[in-house]
Amino acid sequence: MHPAPSIIAFSTFSGLGLGLLFWLGVDTSAPTGWVAFVFFAIAYVLAAGGLISSTFHLGRRERALKAFTQWQTSWLSREAWCAVAALVTMGIYGFFLVFFDRQIMLLGHLGAFFCLLTVYTTSMIYGQLKTVPRWNTGLTPALFLALSVAGGALLSGRVTIGLILLVIAGAIQGIWWKRGDRRFAQSGTTMATATGLGDIGEVRAFESPHTGTNYLLKEMVYTVGRRHARKLRLIALALMLVLPVFLLILPNPHVFGVLALFSHVAGVLVSRWLFFAEAEHVVGLYYGMR
Amino acid sequence: MTQLPDKTDRKMGLVIDLDTCVGCHACVVSCKGWNTENYGAPLSDQNPYGADPSGTFLNRIHSYEVQPETGPAQLIHFPKSCLHCEDAPCVTVCPTGASYKRTEDGIVLVNETDCIGCGLCAWACPYGARELDQAEGVMKKCTLCVDRIYNENLPEEDRVPACVRTCPSNARHFGDLGDPDSDVSQMVAERGGMDLMPEQGTKPVNKYLPPRPKDRLNNEIDILAPLLEPVAEEPKGFLGWLDKALEKI
Repeated sequence: MHPAPSIIAFSTFSGLGLGLLFWLGVDTSAPTGWVAFVFFAIAYVLAAGGLISSTFHLGRRERALKAFTQWQTSWLSREAWCAVAALVTMGIYGFFLVFFDRQIMLLGHLGAFFCLLTVYTTSMIYGQLKTVPRWNTGLTPALFLALSVAGGALLSGRVTIGLILLVIAGAIQGIWWKRGDRRFAQSGTTMATATGLGDIGEVRAFESPHTGTNYLLKEMVYTVGRRHARKLRLIALALMLVLPVFLLILPNPHVFGVLALFSHVAGVLVSRWLFFAEAEHVVGLYYGMR
Repeated sequence: MTQLPDKTDRKMGLVIDLDTCVGCHACVVSCKGWNTENYGAPLSDQNPYGADPSGTFLNRIHSYEVQPETGPAQLIHFPKSCLHCEDAPCVTVCPTGASYKRTEDGIVLVNETDCIGCGLCAWACPYGARELDQAEGVMKKCTLCVDRIYNENLPEEDRVPACVRTCPSNARHFGDLGDPDSDVSQMVAERGGMDLMPEQGTKPVNKYLPPRPKDRLNNEIDILAPLLEPVAEEPKGFLGWLDKALEKI
């Protein structure tokens, strides 16, 4: 799948911002006043900024509001609702924390729940697609949620829980990659089933329908950079897991914590690029490609 | 509405005969010609006369080489357009309700004034039947020529999809696949019409008729064979001498 920068930025940063909001929501001694203001400002820039950047890949951005209508069937529509619910609930919760030094715990918990639900709905946009076997697994929501709460923990300065969550997220990422490599074969979709010609013999694409490229090939048969996938996986894992863990167990986590955070985010960006670039859509089979 | 109807009154669709398709691409041209100037936004081309041309098409013809275990390979031309699936995954993923499946005839359509061009329906379609028009920013797909098949301004023989009307080898047929007595349903039953990617669970309405088995000699030797002059395997005379001489060198 084509790794659109707007989608990579959206899912990474909104996940991070929503993760931070989650921790602010469940924190029984949440910051108040200016400290709270800074935390909430960072979270909103990341979450809302990410969500806005997701509209950049739309062909008709001016109609984006119509995406709220089909929540009964569409995960994309559900995501829009959950994002608004999370941002509004946490906004009111944050408003009372910043200006009235008052923590409305119920509102915080509700907002935290919506934050996780938003990340879940985002992951299901990809996880629901049978056409992309690598994504079509229950591990995809697990991966998105783990990365979101781990990143949020780092952002909110939680060292111990952050360390644990980093390791969990890293483990899920590893399993997701390993299993993902077998998903296409497991899906049972082959050139034989795509063309229905498998009964006759081995099917080979002889001639493409067009000499140039097209939308389908650009969008769904993105093969550039896959040959470096192994190296990039190691780089992603080193940046998002190994280096942050090393930095966090050093003394003085406040100084190294920031470095750990930046390293983690860079690692998640690489991992998210691979999430798209490595994903193979079954339509590629019609072109004899993966 | 992106909820799929429980059932549709009719299941209008195409039956594509892989045995007779000659891969001439006439249906591609007539499809583009009709649909670029009728229902919805035109089908744009990008850089059509330049070095890297591309464009929106609702119907494309692939060609496959199939190698049986024995005997020569077969070349099979393979037209592909929207299969108007009963369980169309492209419809349910649509966040705006632009994509819908009609209850009366089962045609899957895009309401272009509601489409935000997010591309998710194209991701959800296993067949590559949807293409985002790069000029208009909305999703384009086969409409089964909805503006022809019910169009009383056209002569009756033209009230079929443009691709069906134009096919010179009668490889494309149009009809109600929900009615077991219709011509297309009969044809599917007779020829063993098949679904593409059945494991994807989309329940496509369009069916493909597999190529008929090739004629085989089955090692049967013609009864006249003994009377035929056997082919000389060993050259004689000058050629025989030349053959031996060249062999020795």
